[in-house]
Amino acid sequence: MSQAIDTIHGAVDHHPHDSQVAHHFENAEQQFESAKLGMWVFLVTEILFFSGLFCVYAVYRSLHPEVFLYAHQWLDKGLGAINTIVLIVSSFTMAWAVRNAQLGQKKALMINLTLTLLCAATFMGIKAEEYSQKYEHGTTWGASFQPHPDAFGEVHGGEIKKEDMPRNTQIFFSIYFALTGLHGFHVLVGMGLILWLLIRAAKGQFGPQYFTPVDIVGLYWHLVDLIWIFLFPLLYLIH
Amino acid sequence: MSGQAKVQEQGHGGDHGFAHPVPLKILVGVAAALILLTILTVVASDFDFGAFDIWIAMGIALVKGSLVALFFMHLFWDKRFNGFVFIASLFFVAIFIGFVLLDTHTYESSVKQWVQDHPQSGHALPGGGEHK
Amino acid sequence: MTSIPMPEEGELATKPALDETNYLKAGYGLKSWLLTQDHKRIAIMYMIGIGIAFLLGGLFALAVRLELWTPTKTIVEAETYNKLFTLHGAIMTFLVLVPSIPAIIGNFVLPMMLGAKDVAFPKLNLLSFYLWLLGAIGFVVVLFAGDLDTGWTFYAPYSIRTQTAVALAATGAFILGFSSILTGLNFMVTIHKMRAKGMGWFRMPLLLWGLYATSVIQIVATPVIGITVGMLFLEKLFHIGFFDPNLGGDPVLFEHFFWFYSHPVVYVMILPAMGVISEIITAMSRRHIFGYRFIAFSSIAIALFGFLVWGHHMFVSGQSSLMSTIFSLLTFSVSIPSAIKVFNWLATMYKGSISLAPPMLYAMGFLFLFGIGGLTGLFLGTLSTDVHLHDTYFIVAHFHYTMMGSALIGLIGGLFFYWPKIFGKMYSNLLGTISFVLVFLGFNLTFIPQFLMGSMGMPRRYYNYPPEFQAYHQWSTVGSFVLALGLFTALWCFLHSLFWGEKAPDNPWGAVTLDWKTSSPPHHHNFDVVPPVTDPYDMDDVYWDEESKSFISRSQQAALEELAANASGTQEKNS
Repeated sequence: MSQAIDTIHGAVDHHPHDSQVAHHFENAEQQFESAKLGMWVFLVTEILFFSGLFCVYAVYRSLHPEVFLYAHQWLDKGLGAINTIVLIVSSFTMAWAVRNAQLGQKKALMINLTLTLLCAATFMGIKAEEYSQKYEHGTTWGASFQPHPDAFGEVHGGEIKKEDMPRNTQIFFSIYFALTGLHGFHVLVGMGLILWLLIRAAKGQFGPQYFTPVDIVGLYWHLVDLIWIFLFPLLYLIH
Repeated sequence: MSGQAKVQEQGHGGDHGFAHPVPLKILVGVAAALILLTILTVVASDFDFGAFDIWIAMGIALVKGSLVALFFMHLFWDKRFNGFVFIASLFFVAIFIGFVLLDTHTYESSVKQWVQDHPQSGHALPGGGEHK
Repeated sequence: MTSIPMPEEGELATKPALDETNYLKAGYGLKSWLLTQDHKRIAIMYMIGIGIAFLLGGLFALAVRLELWTPTKTIVEAETYNKLFTLHGAIMTFLVLVPSIPAIIGNFVLPMMLGAKDVAFPKLNLLSFYLWLLGAIGFVVVLFAGDLDTGWTFYAPYSIRTQTAVALAATGAFILGFSSILTGLNFMVTIHKMRAKGMGWFRMPLLLWGLYATSVIQIVATPVIGITVGMLFLEKLFHIGFFDPNLGGDPVLFEHFFWFYSHPVVYVMILPAMGVISEIITAMSRRHIFGYRFIAFSSIAIALFGFLVWGHHMFVSGQSSLMSTIFSLLTFSVSIPSAIKVFNWLATMYKGSISLAPPMLYAMGFLFLFGIGGLTGLFLGTLSTDVHLHDTYFIVAHFHYTMMGSALIGLIGGLFFYWPKIFGKMYSNLLGTISFVLVFLGFNLTFIPQFLMGSMGMPRRYYNYPPEFQAYHQWSTVGSFVLALGLFTALWCFLHSLFWGEKAPDNPWGAVTLDWKTSSPPHHHNFDVVPPVTDPYDMDDVYWDEESKSFISRSQQAALEELAANASGTQEKNS
């Protein structure tokens, strides 16, 4: 029975709620743990969402390896590698930003968020450059795949011969654009979220008792990085 | 967990019990390892390991992914259930892709047969029907 | 709950307009509803929205049945007929069945069953409702502006080639998927993090186990339909060619993607209904649930097995015979946890003191109809018989027994069960009973003839048919109108109670779960004082109180008395 009374007192004695704790939570920690689990569950949905495209990749690559081997030569390995490193650095600054928020270091938090944002913008810039190359070469998705004559010959240090082109080469670029496009969309969303964090950080809203938004946006950002870590070798490093 | 103990040593009051900042040393180390592994995977792609190529590339990606998940995403210190949720999602992905691959590979022979019997079938493809 | 002291009464007297002790009166005006974050009010908005969608889908079904009265044209052209059955299927699946029980009953009772004030993310909950509304509007636009003739499955390559509004419907389905994911996410986190003190996993009511298993499916499967309709969208707009054989794509792949979601999602429809049935059967039989852990774990097992069987929809699609064999074998495994549940419910009723009030009638109807729906599934899971029965009326009848006869009967039973709690009004038992009789007879009259003609080879979705099937079609059409009459009777019974119903007691059925230990209708914050957590099916905890015409919980009463004694003790000390 004493346990029952504890329950009652737990509900009646309202803890002095601080402004960042919503009324239906007992305390800041419960709110944080809920948000964190919620974010992990959301990341599960993201993984399953991407898994559809990974599944398409696996099916077509395993059935038609010659298409992937041939078409990937149009991708610039160097730019892909640079973008990988750019995203890794952004993940690092993001992880550091979470630490800053937890320790209440406002200035460092803002610097790290800004750096993350800059890295993300660099990534998208390089991506845009790659897309425009594809567009110029006519190496685009599905029905629009019509490689121009100047798409062949010396490309990225290799030799692409038109007469070697296997059947269904367009499938590679459908997959390439779908995967990198969906990933790029996630980067853009992430940039919006980081900008939002930056504004809130400037207002001094984060500290040891309340850093949940920084932490869960961080989780999202690392997942975006994680997916790219797999996309890079799958698309650029085919042998 | 030893990691948690280290975090506590970083010396900021016990009053914020649920904030566990990751030591900067770990963050820097992980970032450096990730960059090195990226270089490694690019270099490895220049060598021909035959059928092992994709598994080497995926193996390196897996190590990199684990580093990100464990340290940048705090799973090393986090509530076990969050990690379980993450791993479970990969299990479902494996079922999904595994079953689909098994099926598409089993019926592929009939697709190939059909293409052989209909040599003109590629004409609607972009780039015309002269693909090999 | 008249004997319970309400410490905040004095405070409330200063604001006479708002009544915190009744969530229906805790705010007035349209804005207090449309912008509410109260899970109970969101549940009611869902109830209205889903009710309208159900009415629309039902009217399409009646039009389809009317058209099939004669072997040739009866009321509409063939193209219109295609659109009617497509919209019936799409609306009933995406707008009604998938959200129904979690969004209405789950939203209302889940936090209360846990002893929480709200779900973990109330704003996401509201967002989820508006996403549902947006998706519903998308379907209504498809209905009036464009049209849709693919069937609810959007199979490629036809869906890529048809000129109808597939892209728009795909967008609608995508948005509805998001709504479903957010509900699942919210419920899962709430169950993990918001349980009252003492509420261990095995003290949770079985409805919560059902909802938890449901949210696992919603979270894992729904994103896959999201990316699938996304790819279909790209096919339509950019001709990306994943599923289009003209571009080197594979249409069977689309079916794999589609059913990876759409098979598990039938368990999104049925698992919460099973949870509701567990609650109704224990309360109305006045017996502790038989085999609590078996029912709880069988919910999880169904959710997991549900991911391993999707290929049984594809036995005649070009799927390899190897995979068909594997999927057929795995399909039978799902019948084990389903049967465990049914046996446990029957064992719960055994020697119980069963009250035949409308909720229990619907629950027993569920047992009967689910039994038929489940057993006929075995014929369809068997390869040799499925090749004959595939795409016939047999399969139409089978999935209506599970979806309509089980999931929706579960919803209606649940509404009859929770109605006194939701609105604080008792309905007419007579009207409720009449509605059940009509629904039960009408339903069987509609679908038993479909089993018969399906087994004789009548294909589904056909506009014309050989005259020898006419008698079966006409019986089925008559049945569908009896069913509709029954459903309208239920609606009338509910509306009638809102205006002329007696005030409901706090616990009319004698249920022991926490949601029945607050006032009817509940507090704005669900509980004045969170009741002590007990075994959710310990019937000894409650006794009938003639004075208040309600069941009273002993443990709650004792706890409140002790609390009152302590409070007066401290007051004495202070003075």
